[in-house]
Amino acid sequence: MAKKMFPYIPNSEEKIQREMLDFIGVNSIEDLISDIPEDMRMNHKMALPEPYCDESGLVRHVNGILAKNKTAKELICFLGAGCYNRYVPALVDEVVNRSEFLTAYAGEPYEDHGRFHAMFEYQSMMAELLDMDVCNVPNYDGAQAVGTALRMACRITHRNEVVVPKNINPDTLRAVQTYLQPDVKITFTDYNPKTGRICLDCLKKNLTENAAAVLVMNPNFFGIIEERAQDIADMAHEKGALLVAYVEPSTLGLLTPPSQYGADIACGDIQALGMHMNYGGGVAGFIATKDEPRFVDEYPSRLFGIAPTSEGEWGFGDVLWERTSFANRDHAKEFVGTHAALWGIAAGVYLASMGPQGMKELGEAVLQRQVCLKKNLAGLKGVSLDKFSGTPFQEFVVDFSASGKTVKEINAALLERGILGGYDLGAAFPELEGCALLAVTEQTSADDIKALVSALGEILA
Amino acid sequence: MNNLERMKKFHQAKWNEPIIYELSTPGERAVLVPGPCCDCVSTDEALGTLPAGMVRKERANLPEIAQLQLVRHYNHLSQENIGVDGNIDIGQGTCTMKYNPKINDRLAGQPKVADMHPLQPDETAQGILEVFYKTGELFKEISGLDVFSMQPGGGSHGVLALASIVRAYWRDKGEEDKRDEIITTLFSHPADCAVPIVKGYKVTIIPPDEEGYPDIEAFKAALSDRTAAIFFTNPEDTGIFNVRIKEFTRLAHEKGALCCYDQANANGLLGITRTAEANFDMSFFNLHKTFGAPHGCGGPATGMVAARKELRPYLPVPLVEYSPEKGYYLDFDLPKSCGKIKSFWGVAPVVVKAYSWIMALGADGLREVSRVAILNNNYCMKKILAIRGASISFPNHPSRIEQARYSWQQLKEETGFGTADVQRCCADFGTHYWSSHEPFVIPEPFTIEPSESYSKQDIDDYTAVLAEISRMCYEEPEAVKHAPVNSTVHHIDHDYFDDPAKYAITWRAYNKKYTGYFEPKKG
Amino acid sequence: MKAGFIVNPVAGMGGSVALKGTDGEETLRRAIELGAQPRASERAETALREFADAARGTLFLTPSGAMGAGLLTKYGIEHETLFETEARTTAEETRRAARMMLEEGAELIIFAGGDGTARDVCAAVGDKIPVVGIPAGVKIHSAVYAKRPIDAGRLIKNFLEGRVKRFTEAEVMDIDEDAFREGRVSARLYGYMRVPDDAEYMQERKSGGGAGSSEESANLAAFLAGSMKPGTLYLIGSGSTTMRLKERLGINGTLLGVDAVKDGAQLGKDLTAEQIKNLLAQEKPEDRSLIITVIGGQGHIFGRGNQQLSPDVIKMIPHENITVAATPGKMAGLFGKSLIADTGDAALDEELKGYVPVVTGHSRRMMVKIE
Repeated sequence: MAKKMFPYIPNSEEKIQREMLDFIGVNSIEDLISDIPEDMRMNHKMALPEPYCDESGLVRHVNGILAKNKTAKELICFLGAGCYNRYVPALVDEVVNRSEFLTAYAGEPYEDHGRFHAMFEYQSMMAELLDMDVCNVPNYDGAQAVGTALRMACRITHRNEVVVPKNINPDTLRAVQTYLQPDVKITFTDYNPKTGRICLDCLKKNLTENAAAVLVMNPNFFGIIEERAQDIADMAHEKGALLVAYVEPSTLGLLTPPSQYGADIACGDIQALGMHMNYGGGVAGFIATKDEPRFVDEYPSRLFGIAPTSEGEWGFGDVLWERTSFANRDHAKEFVGTHAALWGIAAGVYLASMGPQGMKELGEAVLQRQVCLKKNLAGLKGVSLDKFSGTPFQEFVVDFSASGKTVKEINAALLERGILGGYDLGAAFPELEGCALLAVTEQTSADDIKALVSALGEILA
Repeated sequence: MNNLERMKKFHQAKWNEPIIYELSTPGERAVLVPGPCCDCVSTDEALGTLPAGMVRKERANLPEIAQLQLVRHYNHLSQENIGVDGNIDIGQGTCTMKYNPKINDRLAGQPKVADMHPLQPDETAQGILEVFYKTGELFKEISGLDVFSMQPGGGSHGVLALASIVRAYWRDKGEEDKRDEIITTLFSHPADCAVPIVKGYKVTIIPPDEEGYPDIEAFKAALSDRTAAIFFTNPEDTGIFNVRIKEFTRLAHEKGALCCYDQANANGLLGITRTAEANFDMSFFNLHKTFGAPHGCGGPATGMVAARKELRPYLPVPLVEYSPEKGYYLDFDLPKSCGKIKSFWGVAPVVVKAYSWIMALGADGLREVSRVAILNNNYCMKKILAIRGASISFPNHPSRIEQARYSWQQLKEETGFGTADVQRCCADFGTHYWSSHEPFVIPEPFTIEPSESYSKQDIDDYTAVLAEISRMCYEEPEAVKHAPVNSTVHHIDHDYFDDPAKYAITWRAYNKKYTGYFEPKKG
Repeated sequence: MKAGFIVNPVAGMGGSVALKGTDGEETLRRAIELGAQPRASERAETALREFADAARGTLFLTPSGAMGAGLLTKYGIEHETLFETEARTTAEETRRAARMMLEEGAELIIFAGGDGTARDVCAAVGDKIPVVGIPAGVKIHSAVYAKRPIDAGRLIKNFLEGRVKRFTEAEVMDIDEDAFREGRVSARLYGYMRVPDDAEYMQERKSGGGAGSSEESANLAAFLAGSMKPGTLYLIGSGSTTMRLKERLGINGTLLGVDAVKDGAQLGKDLTAEQIKNLLAQEKPEDRSLIITVIGGQGHIFGRGNQQLSPDVIKMIPHENITVAATPGKMAGLFGKSLIADTGDAALDEELKGYVPVVTGHSRRMMVKIE
């Protein structure tokens, strides 16, 4: 029988292999690795399932598995909590699936010019959205962006403690803890149980001159706008600490950008700017600062800059590639690697597609749906919307505890009706047992709202 | 026309593409946004709920472009990029540039993956969880290890996960403060040194001996009861496989240290030797390199962690598990876990692509991948070493696995041109080449990794380009000086990247510093 | 731009007649008697050929005749003669020329010679302006010299074309010639000069390169300072890397000497071996520490530039309390070589052999062999 050919391996052809071995001057491929000792060799053929050598068989197999998913679009989605069911314009998918981008890697400024150019534009548009002058090439996710922003603050202030409010995303927090351990200490500060916003009195107690930064998530995890952010910034600055703002960039067409309430470093996740949710795989982080060396020097990420060429073109390259410590720096720089660059290109296409008016309208569309949903839920038996008085933007807390049902039970009943209910807050916030976080996006329709209200009416009756 | 002649006539797409802001026309739109969902609440009423100080005063300064003009702009930019699909991409050694099957992109890009919210109940995510789980099952055989986390978003992130697991393990054993050292080697990937330092470890680097193996006597001198773990890449970035690796793991285990294997360079080892055979406790694999998922200009990616079952309690939370009662599920019940490495559960599309890649190849195919990667590399080596001015690191060590680090030292000494010059020239032939990463101890380095995707003709063509550039360095120095001439842009002035007064990382920073074409603004 | 150009025309003459150097008038007289031919001019010309084209637009400052003007005239390079040289040139003329170049605002000094010439230039300009040395002498221990004249020429060309972005400090070393002629090697560190960092230029896109040398040594100094224990006497050896630590600690330290610190207070400056012993004697052995760097391109940790650290001194300090620190750049330059402990006491040298962790940065060490 002829040797099996592998379509991805042109040189699996025997005659070519022979020719190449002859050129090298050995008898077999085995001769090329004869130095790998016997006791290190795998002593059996890998016991893997029979492969699907033909593409059609592979498609059948993989689709057979994936068919078991019931997607957020097949259901009606009210889940948010850090990942949003935003509409992704077709041209975003078109651009990021161009194989010139999809299959390229680190590249050099000459032959992979396009990627540098597109990323510079992404940085530029993010900076405008955030009202900052510098933005990095995307890192892994918002969680890493916060962790790095806080570490940058430590390096800038030469302090090693950060103040973190308890109303931030618990999933983000767990990854941030991984980034900060063991040398950055986290001091937690409470939120106000009435407003859901950061408790300023508590912050006052927890904020000392040991603090490198105060973190504000805005809107916070409960979906509430931290409208006293400027006061928090002032308190931080008074102690010589920086304000690090974790913001949801898709809100910023409408909401005040963080620099305008005193944030020194803005960070967050760009998933909602044109990334499919991808079961959480559509995340990518950003960090933005002023254009001052004390900030720019502390980025561990790549920063693409613009430069002239000998022929008057727009050229690009890495700014401060050898960025490292000043004499006083006591902490090692972090690391950079393969992160989530393609999502940066996607977010760039998204922002350019939306434009200033689109981003404003997006904010309005989301806000209008939130207010509408809240209005429709008001008065439902067993539903309270008074848990927090703070103003929500795209998510809000619903308290079901009066209904005598757990969020888990309610969500199970909603799912039977084809609805993905809100995020169950009780696990991460025991004080919010019985509460759920409901999210809308611009894709939430009047019918979706009706369906949820009517389902809850039945379930809680 | 032979291929070299053909490649010499290459010209990269050159659109002189403006910065997107230069294309902006006030009022133009590329996409529209839905209005209010219904009339139960008006937009103004909704806006009225916002606290006054929190409403943006001026619109964000974003470009305004109609859809065709926007698509054209990005198509131009993509044409000014090459990627694996556009060139013989073997010049970026250590990165395993290989063919990324189109079908896998389709499978991973469909709504059944794209439209999954990470917080959906497990029962609605059985398909994607099954892919995660089954990928782990495949890796039991590929790595010889037992438990897996696909959370890390890249190779360095995989190192972060390993270092975090090491810390969680020693915390649990009550030795976190005592075990504060990690040992790596000079030719392990730089992340194996940089990342543990972020996790608070002191890192000791073992240099190679004359043959290119990590110096085992230096290793013995570095090991102590303070050693928390060792982080070894094998084969190292030189392409040299450390045949004494088991001796290293034995010595480390005798001191109680954990052994972490950087298997980012696994493309030459599939079905031949594994993490388990080398007696490592943990490793990570780059699904975007060895396992066929594309690099996406630098991610999204996955640095999958594999570990022995004894280390399961310390892995990142959650793990994907299966039971007949629950089906596939996310297991959060790991109280000793090192915590989370990344938001949510990992980069699902990359896992789908890697799963599909492995399932298209099977055991025979995976082994063929590595056999051919080794064959291609050794063939390529012989061709490169025939080029005037080129040599290989550790010439006493003839055998390499899937890549090799070379040097243009002789070329530099004889012509004054080095690896950066070769790099500029390569762009004129429509190929990609980079000048390697640290440590810069091999003079004028370059690293070539001709993975299994490249044909004999591809390797012949690429090495012919290198030979031609070498000839130009000796015979046509003026041409070398001015390269690239057929690429998208010409020589870039690097003075603009290091000086805070000159660099501009965004268009708005540019406009604050310059007017026209890099004319400094006054005042 | 102005640049200085000095050729020490007699450099290297001793070599061909086995005199191991040409320092001192007597030696030079003997060399000439033995029929030695000047070679420095030829070597300087090799370098000059490389950079002649790039020299347009630069005004060269140079002494007359064989000390520079002759060659520049031959290649039609614009220059200004600083002074007329004597028939027999002396070290003083090199120093005088370098001083004048500094005063006239030269941005680079090019000199062809050997270790003696480097010492003379260093004595006049120190690290105030960058220099490039064209190797033409018998003794080339100083790191200020390029590997070959042609490499010096290329480096100068890059500099003149504005492509050199970074500079690094390089040692000026010389041996005691009287001892050398008797077959004994005894080298000294005479200072540091600034030289273009060629490796940095070649990593133009900086695709993963390390930090520049000044950042590396600052980072290293910060880490070392943070690792110092209270109640311990620290002797800090000579060298530019350890000088950064002295600066970081805010003490009035010496570049070429050994200084002592305890709990942030300076206990001694430019100490002799006797003074060091007296200081050490006041401390318990576990409270005696030494921080040294790697000196010279050969990898010496003892016996080059720090003879104050005599065998007696070294024996008073527990081995585990000796910290060797060097920047990653320096260690990369020594790649493949071992470190050398040449204390002058063979038994001690033997004892010091083995592996030492060289601290290279924040929490980073490299295990290196001492031979």
